Amino acid sequence: MSAPYIQTNVTSVPDKRGYFGDFGGRFVPETLIPALDELIAAYHEAMADPAFQAELAGLQASYVGRETPITHARRLSEHLGGAQIYLKREDLAHTGAHKINNALGQALLAKRMGKKRIVAETGAGQHGVASATTSALLGLECIVYMGSVDIARQQPNVFRMKLLGARVVPVESGSKTLKDAINEAIRDWVTNVQTTFYMLGSALGPHPYPMIVRDFQSVIGTEARRQIQELTGRLPDVCIACVGGGSNAIGLFHAFRDDENVELIGVEAGGYGVSSGAHAARFADPARGRPGVLQGTRSYVLQDDDGQILNTHSISAGLDYASVGPEHAFLRQNERAYYTLATDEEALAAFQTLSQYEGIIPALESSHAMAEAIKRAPTLPRDAIILVNLSGRGDKDLDTVIHALGDEI
Amino acid sequence: MSGPQPEPPSGLAHLSAMFAQAEQAGRAAFLPYFPIGFPDYDASLAAISAMAEAGVDGFEIGMPFSDPLADGPTIQAATQVALQNGVTVQKCLDAVRELRARGLTQPMLMMGYTNPVLAYGTERFVQEAKAAGADGLIIPDLPPEESAELTAACARAGLAMICFLAPTSTTERIRMVAQQASGFIYVVSVTGITGARSDLPPDLQALIDRIRAETNTPLVLGFGIGTPEQARRMNGLVDGFIVGSALVRAGESGVEAVRGLSQSIRQALDA
Repeated sequence: MSAPYIQTNVTSVPDKRGYFGDFGGRFVPETLIPALDELIAAYHEAMADPAFQAELAGLQASYVGRETPITHARRLSEHLGGAQIYLKREDLAHTGAHKINNALGQALLAKRMGKKRIVAETGAGQHGVASATTSALLGLECIVYMGSVDIARQQPNVFRMKLLGARVVPVESGSKTLKDAINEAIRDWVTNVQTTFYMLGSALGPHPYPMIVRDFQSVIGTEARRQIQELTGRLPDVCIACVGGGSNAIGLFHAFRDDENVELIGVEAGGYGVSSGAHAARFADPARGRPGVLQGTRSYVLQDDDGQILNTHSISAGLDYASVGPEHAFLRQNERAYYTLATDEEALAAFQTLSQYEGIIPALESSHAMAEAIKRAPTLPRDAIILVNLSGRGDKDLDTVIHALGDEI
Repeated sequence: MSGPQPEPPSGLAHLSAMFAQAEQAGRAAFLPYFPIGFPDYDASLAAISAMAEAGVDGFEIGMPFSDPLADGPTIQAATQVALQNGVTVQKCLDAVRELRARGLTQPMLMMGYTNPVLAYGTERFVQEAKAAGADGLIIPDLPPEESAELTAACARAGLAMICFLAPTSTTERIRMVAQQASGFIYVVSVTGITGARSDLPPDLQALIDRIRAETNTPLVLGFGIGTPEQARRMNGLVDGFIVGSALVRAGESGVEAVRGLSQSIRQALDA
């Protein structure tokens, strides 16, 4: 049987060079290589230090509000008439999304490394808010790069970041979204590398970031795996999470990687549909999504025939990115996880459905995962269990949704 | 009168000859960067030809990329214009071929980012770059750990695969790069991105000394050099230097501005 091969692989990645199979690595200017080496050393040292682990766990409990609960979506499950849907409530974490898990871990790491200046990128604003929050908590200077298109569609988060003492720098280059914000954050980092810590918000970028972000987010899956067994007496049949860079998904999937009978499903942003070309579905569009190198890592990248990175579209700023974390490319290649998409329209419908049936307003990002759960549940028996990572709350998206739905609501 | 012309040197030999010639003249080699397709295709070739006539020693031929994360605002903007003008990897190779056909004799190094080269095909790119008349490659987002395939392809073709060092490089790192380097080592003068700066960093000599202690490979300094005064300081400090953003900015005003700036930088080296 081929199973052991897959198991050992998905368990032991990344290798020393930062590779998850064919994906990952460190494709950055020479200036940053010593900073990445320093980060790798500091990270391993911190993780092996019980005092660091205790401080992280203490703040996860007293500041973030962990553990977050699991909610059985009874009315929604009943309505759909199939599998039972359970929600891992990362929307209830402090700042309203899973991003705080990673930002807290990295902020503690920055403090330990003696770096007093934080740069971060943000798409939807959730990682920017989490970075600003943990910087305020630990007394660090925080600069957040954000595309001007995203600034326009995520105003409440821009205000929150400023209120938390961060400086928000608008990025006007390229498509003025997450990808361009990452470029600018890297340019800042390479310029101020001696004093600055780059707080990367998703499971992408050069090694060790995909590993560090995964490890700090894996608290999601570790909790959920125990909670669902306490609640239901067994493991779920399916885990579903949305995938932009892929940090909430890898945070959920990691704990289940060796549970062969648990199906892992990542949901990309389908935008206006694959055939429209206006989407962020790196895996679903073989004409445009191919292995390539973007922003420090080798993974699937939406690109033209000449290797130029394509502009993406999603109603959700947090999924609007041309590449995907390298570990997702690896899990897909190994067929350990399966990737699908939800369009803007499907995500908007799921946004309303969850609000109306459960009294939970999900982030538009998480609404993509909900859309897949809503599609799947009716095809499964009533005793099947679907676990959805509800990665964030939707308050930040109300302007976007009002604009998209107009009089319909 | 004379027999058939000897084949002009190419690749690594071409670069060695360039450094030897500059050294003999007691000056640093001047290698301007200019992107193909800025302000348009023809004008970029005219600018490069004008600099060749001004007596520069070699070229970095810029290939545009949508996400140039090692570049400052000037080169970012210029390469985005190049992309809007439809410049592709193929078009950049065509430009090198055309410049050679026009009689340009200086070494030319293709400078671009990893992804377009991967999309073109590593082996195919190296073969076609050589056939077009290029002498080497400079890829700022491809550190030695990731460049094995391209380095091997360049070695087979006799082309230089340029490695970088930076102010942050440790001694261990300098030794590692020194072992792998071919052609020259691109020394980044400052921690940061490309762009003309009013002052060169004060600890530059110390950085160069640290690297010199580990290697005899020629050192070419880049980032932040844009004036004749700064260029003059390169004599005796390094084997060569790169001017990019300042020439690109001159390119906004036209070919004659590029000619003028490259002439004054070149003349400053003799003074």
